[in-house]
Amino acid sequence: MHDLTILSAVLASVVAAATPLLIAALGELVAERAGTLNLGVEGMMIIGAAVGYATAYGSGSLVLGALAGILAGTALSLVFAGLAVWLAANQVASGLATTILGLGLAGLIGAPFVGTKLTAVPQLNIPGLTDLPVIGEVLFGQDAFAYLSILLLILVWIGLGRTRLGLVVRAVGESHSAAHALGHPVRRIRTLAVMFGGACAGLAGAQLSLAYTPFWASDMTAGRGWIALALVVFSAWRPLWLLAGAYLFGAVSILQLHVQGFGLGIPSQLLSALPYLATISALVVISALKKGHGAPASLGVPFVPDR
Amino acid sequence: MRKILSMAVGLSVGLAAGLGLMGGAQAAEKLKAAWVYVGPVGDFGYSYQHDQGRKAVEKAFGDKVETTFVENVQEGPDAERVIEQLARAGNKLIFTTSFGFMEPTLKVAKRNPSVLFEHATGYKRAKNVATYNAKFHEGRYIIGQIAAKMSKSGTVGYIASFPIPEVIAGINSFMLGAQSVNPNMKVKIVWVNSWFDPAKEADAAKALIDQGADIIAQHTDSPAAMQAAEQRGVKAFGQSSDMINFGPHAQLTAIVDDWAPYYIDRVKLTLDGKWTSTDTWDGLKEGVVHMAPYTNMPDDVKTMAETTEAAIKSGALHPFKGPIYKQDGTLMVKEGEVMSDKDILSLNWYVKGIDDKVPGQ
Amino acid sequence: MRFKLERRETVSGLGLVAAPVIAVLATLLIGTAMFLVLGLDPLAAFRIYFIDPLTDPYTLQELVVKACPLLLIGLGLVFCYRANRWNIGAEGQYVAGAVLGSIVAIATNGGEGGWWILPAMLAMGAIGGALWGLVPAFLRVRFGASEILTSLMLVYVAQLGLDYLVRGPWRDPAGFNFPKSVSFDPAATVPLLMEDGRMHAGILIAIVVVIVAAFVLGRTLVGFSIELGGSAPRAAAFAGFDERRVTYGVFAVSGALAGLAGIIEVAGPIGNLQPSISPGYGFTAIIAAVLGRLNPFGVVLSSLVLALTYIGGEAAQISLKMPFDVTRVFQGTMLIAILAADVLVRYRVRRVEAPARDAAKVTAHA
Repeated sequence: MHDLTILSAVLASVVAAATPLLIAALGELVAERAGTLNLGVEGMMIIGAAVGYATAYGSGSLVLGALAGILAGTALSLVFAGLAVWLAANQVASGLATTILGLGLAGLIGAPFVGTKLTAVPQLNIPGLTDLPVIGEVLFGQDAFAYLSILLLILVWIGLGRTRLGLVVRAVGESHSAAHALGHPVRRIRTLAVMFGGACAGLAGAQLSLAYTPFWASDMTAGRGWIALALVVFSAWRPLWLLAGAYLFGAVSILQLHVQGFGLGIPSQLLSALPYLATISALVVISALKKGHGAPASLGVPFVPDR
Repeated sequence: MRKILSMAVGLSVGLAAGLGLMGGAQAAEKLKAAWVYVGPVGDFGYSYQHDQGRKAVEKAFGDKVETTFVENVQEGPDAERVIEQLARAGNKLIFTTSFGFMEPTLKVAKRNPSVLFEHATGYKRAKNVATYNAKFHEGRYIIGQIAAKMSKSGTVGYIASFPIPEVIAGINSFMLGAQSVNPNMKVKIVWVNSWFDPAKEADAAKALIDQGADIIAQHTDSPAAMQAAEQRGVKAFGQSSDMINFGPHAQLTAIVDDWAPYYIDRVKLTLDGKWTSTDTWDGLKEGVVHMAPYTNMPDDVKTMAETTEAAIKSGALHPFKGPIYKQDGTLMVKEGEVMSDKDILSLNWYVKGIDDKVPGQ
Repeated sequence: MRFKLERRETVSGLGLVAAPVIAVLATLLIGTAMFLVLGLDPLAAFRIYFIDPLTDPYTLQELVVKACPLLLIGLGLVFCYRANRWNIGAEGQYVAGAVLGSIVAIATNGGEGGWWILPAMLAMGAIGGALWGLVPAFLRVRFGASEILTSLMLVYVAQLGLDYLVRGPWRDPAGFNFPKSVSFDPAATVPLLMEDGRMHAGILIAIVVVIVAAFVLGRTLVGFSIELGGSAPRAAAFAGFDERRVTYGVFAVSGALAGLAGIIEVAGPIGNLQPSISPGYGFTAIIAAVLGRLNPFGVVLSSLVLALTYIGGEAAQISLKMPFDVTRVFQGTMLIAILAADVLVRYRVRRVEAPARDAAKVTAHA
């Protein structure tokens, strides 16, 4: 019974750790499927965290906070879209600039809130269900963001794969010239995709500052935006693989802490490196099986309409 | 002293107001002091506490002192340039607050003999470079005792940052305190390899709780672990700042860094022209380390903690008092002796009773 | 879209001058607004940011010192990005070079010295970086694994490896167990160029690399095969260029230069190995490469501009007590202005769209 309790708790932690990564990566996946590589995820996440916290703190409402985080992420993504989509600037550099701007703005916005505290997002804890062995806590003991991330996953999965809009997004990402020739507004679609990415990153940031560790501190995303970017590539731009990747990454990063707790004397740096090594190995295996990495053909290429 | 000070300030303000032209002369006499931080001042941890010390200096000396700080300075090649720039900008007293600033501070100090430097946590000094540090391990002995009293499972979770001597000494001191109450206390240690990664610190706390720890101690900076403990209904100790806000039901106490007394003292010495290169290692007694109020514990535990705190302050109790055995049973400090400061500052082994290996050993 | 051809058309004197001017004007405009909002004097801010560092001999030297690693790494990235290989793990290759190069310094520490020590360190540094860079190249060629991801992940692995070494086996025995290697001997230190200041011989190496890179990329068959492989892989294959060899080649060059930058920093301005040896040079160099339009001489300019924004930012923190975040916002704003201006200027002249799908892929010529 004791082992089961641990297992259940570990699984619950894995889900919690994977949630912000999954949300941010889902947004970036859509942006990339439309052909835009936005390296500004870290910046959009942190500004979502700062604005989300500030709003929740001021209004006392976590829902408003989450919405504000989404808006902030979206607003910053428009800076990127303006540069990379409408001015056809280099996407890598535009994304890095967006991240620097986002980190700075977030620091300024968050400065007055250092050392303050919110009440945590209440977990749902459905009586009876949460107490089920092993799966109870994993399935029914999470905060609202975890459920939202799954909802978002289904939305993106169906939206990209089964709807007309999704088809257009993918067409734009595969060959913008062809999509343009067919009369699709390439730049407008890319802008929307980038905005969706910004909204998700902002939400993921808000999850960190509102639910995961409910306080504000400078640079609190600590590189999770970059991990989200890596996960998109790891998933080979497929939503379901993304789910697997985010949970794998979450699992390895939680398990390395547990392994240390057992005092096996393995160098902690090696354990800390495990999530990265695991991601590389998994990617190698997937790539080797599939032959090729399946990136959208127009990823990263600015589109300039022919007049 | 305070009276004389405020009189002096009042006098100079009055003179300046009366003569008008005196403004320039007064500005020239201002002592320019600067601080270099390794993290953002918004980390609510290590750099934040140093900055609180800087603010205390501003408050204490008013317009006799002008302070500047540079935050988020990387411990690599940038540090030397920042420190040099500060010296060139006319700062006469410069505090560099992270271990990695040691060599850059010494290099800049050599080039700027008229500027005074203070390096925190290092061991190399020069004529114009003093060093200072705080005996955080004194506080850790107290929390070790509290943990042993409060723990029902007999297992404490300890979130550690990097295996540097200060952190190792903290773990040892914690365990020696715990063993003085319950010789069979167990500690589980998790290294997060970061001073500041809130989500990871929260994960570490949860992992330790899941493994049966019912008390969480931390040597990382964010309040994330405290929040996780609060959420899970276990007890925890704060670090750097009083974190009671984040764990109203969880926090037993916190080891608070308070650099203000030291900074005010050093600025005053500089103003009086009495600054010398010293090696200061203050602790509970001097107030550089102090304990947040003892909360969420029965009165007898509180009394014990207060007694220990008083004993450490008076010098009656030294956390590293023999006999101290290494993990393999070797006697390191004989009965009746205490470990030398130098040995504490370079600790790289665990005391007996810790069932783990020091990373990198 | 084929950017290259158009780029050559646009190398008009007017465009080259207009882009920076527009960028500066835009930055000044946005910056003025921002400083006013924050209650700071914009004129003083700009003077401290841009003018003071360029008029003081000390900061001028520092500017070059700071730009040196950006330039070396950026030059290597130019090779990769021209070939359309997305190495974003230069930071890891920098660390790997610093580590491998330091073996020599640590092994010979306290010994007789000798002229060969420093060259051996530099060579080992370049090899270390190249080897680390070849890992993503191998994974891409052999398994088709995306180099964007693997190179980025290897950054963290390299950093943790360095961390392990300086806290464990390579710790200075006389250093009170603090995480730091022995201080390098004079024979293992990059010599300074001037008495006063930190300008070191690594800068001369960087200048040589600029010239060699410009020659190789612009005038040789190797450069042409890189270029063609990047913009039109099918045509390149047709012409008999081996895609795999290009991949290995550009990653080796890029890794070697990043590794060289790493060992020069460690044996120069830092003087010992320690857990943190780079304030993100490997990532900033990506911006340097792109802003320099993947042209070696362009990278010289962009590295200096980027170095200026850092040094100016520090000066603003010191003199104006401006918070670090303000300088970050300002830096971001300026990068955005430069990118936008660069594009706006270039656009008037080019309106060509490539029909070939192969040409479409991550292209950095923006």
